[in-house]
Amino acid sequence: MISYAEASARERLALLFDAGSLREWLPPAERLTSPHLAQLGVPCAFDDGVVIGRATLSGRLVFVAAQEGAFMGGGVGEVHGAKLVGLLQRALRDRPDAVLLLADSGGVRLHEANAGLIAVSEVMRALLDVRAAGIPVIVLIGSNNGCFGGMGIVARCADHVVMSDIGRLAMSGPEVIEASHGVEEFDARDRALVWRTTGGKHRWLTGDCDALVEDDVAAFRSAAIESLDTRRPLTLDALQAEHRQLASRLALLPAGLDGETEAITLWQRLGVSEPVRVPALDVDAVRALRTA
Amino acid sequence: MSLHAGIETLDFSYDGRHAAGRFAPVLVGVVGSGNLEVLLEPGEAPHCRVRVETSARGFGPIWQAVLDDFHERHALAGVRVSINDMGATPAVVSLRLDQAVAELQSEGQP
Amino acid sequence: MDWQTLAARLFTADHGLTAQGDFISGTVSFEGEPLTVIGTTNHAPIGVELALAQARVILDTIERHAGRSILILIDTQGQQLRRRDELLGINRAMAHLGMCIDLARRRGHVVIGLVYDQALSGGFITSGLIADACYALPEAEIRVMRLPAMARITKLAPELLESLSQANPVFAPGVENYVAMGGVRGLWRDDLAGDLRVALAGSPTVDERARDGAARGGRRLAADVVRRVLDAA
Repeated sequence: MISYAEASARERLALLFDAGSLREWLPPAERLTSPHLAQLGVPCAFDDGVVIGRATLSGRLVFVAAQEGAFMGGGVGEVHGAKLVGLLQRALRDRPDAVLLLADSGGVRLHEANAGLIAVSEVMRALLDVRAAGIPVIVLIGSNNGCFGGMGIVARCADHVVMSDIGRLAMSGPEVIEASHGVEEFDARDRALVWRTTGGKHRWLTGDCDALVEDDVAAFRSAAIESLDTRRPLTLDALQAEHRQLASRLALLPAGLDGETEAITLWQRLGVSEPVRVPALDVDAVRALRTA
Repeated sequence: MSLHAGIETLDFSYDGRHAAGRFAPVLVGVVGSGNLEVLLEPGEAPHCRVRVETSARGFGPIWQAVLDDFHERHALAGVRVSINDMGATPAVVSLRLDQAVAELQSEGQP
Repeated sequence: MDWQTLAARLFTADHGLTAQGDFISGTVSFEGEPLTVIGTTNHAPIGVELALAQARVILDTIERHAGRSILILIDTQGQQLRRRDELLGINRAMAHLGMCIDLARRRGHVVIGLVYDQALSGGFITSGLIADACYALPEAEIRVMRLPAMARITKLAPELLESLSQANPVFAPGVENYVAMGGVRGLWRDDLAGDLRVALAGSPTVDERARDGAARGGRRLAADVVRRVLDAA
């Protein structure tokens, strides 16, 4: 087993896709770095924290992107975002079998503020163009950073989301919630609470991810291969169904519960048996519990 | 107007003995806290030119010492070394430089 | 400007829009044509409920009123910062709202966003930034995050961020910066109804924001990087 979480973006790409198949576009030697970081005394990365290119997966042509979470928390800045947009626009033109995004990001790169916010939005629009053209977009989430903020929205715009149990998918980080509404609202140091609220097992049980795997690059590879032909066309019917599901889930969860019981209550209401045991169960066991 | 000192850029140049020849660029490391990335590219022989961009200002003499040692170990010729550094220790810098050279040597010539 | 004043200037005094809590909605008659309006007020935090409420109106418009234009009035402090909303997948609810707006666009509904007070972060990504085009009143502000939280997360000194927010286009929240960067298409100053008429008639349907950012000088690299990816061997 090779930990996906501990691997760098480049290691993930090298190990997940067919050996030697990656052809990187706009590689480090082209030095397309951020124009906004030096003024803040922050060093650049030659690839601005994201690797893009094409590769094969089980022999099939795919376009790929991997965010490097160790650089600026994987935050999306002007150049980083434009690389993703370029990849997606190229997918529209060249029609690979799928686009795979190895997401590892806190969202908008705060050091680039306005430019990063617009960039994330452009990624979202380009991703939806790719989906509308019938090319599947698959997001993999399994880093220590998780996938947060604007990237948490982008992830849920994809056809298919694969998460490991240690991965997290959400909007706001626990520290931001605690800073806004206090430790009673969210104790950011309570790791069990953080994972009950945003972690892979929870997202699997609620249907917010489509596959749950172990923290293992090979497991992510298998899940990615399996997902290559998954398309969820965004029709009116599909969005109406999504709306019903989200509305019913909202109605399932009573207001006013505390952090200790809230997730467990939701799982129970979703029909998960023995919900209290979920955090201690392994991935195989949790997979079997999903009722949807 | 700047409230912040910004990034420090340091340049070093050596004349090496071991020609690297032509090779595809090599990148090792990540620009995280206490870490750095090292990019090796073919350069003008016999020089080994190093450019360091760092957020940890004021460590010129230490970079000089680390790079002098690096040159002692490898004496590369015809190589351009580019570094983005976020406060790595000398030990980590040396490690990354050696990792980059190891990768260069394992990839062979194109 | 409060939303009632805005509505009276855009439409007429008896526009028919109402607010349920922070959620504005209704159908107005604009230049003889019905126009769907949704929006938020009171710097609303967008939680799962409010995201779904907005999505509901968009879906109803797509289903029952083919071709009807949609106007989104934006005043939000961004996503609701509550554990319960995170548990329920606020990111998914926001993505759903964004995808509903995007479907409306693809089905030929003109979708226009107008920031009339403030817009933050996720609340803006899934409203103005996913419309065909987003406009703003000159006094509006758009931010990613409030400065104290930004300072905590980035570890940058609050004084530095404060100073950058005054003059640096990347940080300053004034909407003119967003215009320069291409994120906002233009500002509506005096003849709001006239500006709305022009917007409904002629907003782009493809994403031109990177091109605009390059042309206007606020975001010099993005369009070029996209082009380079398209041209890469």
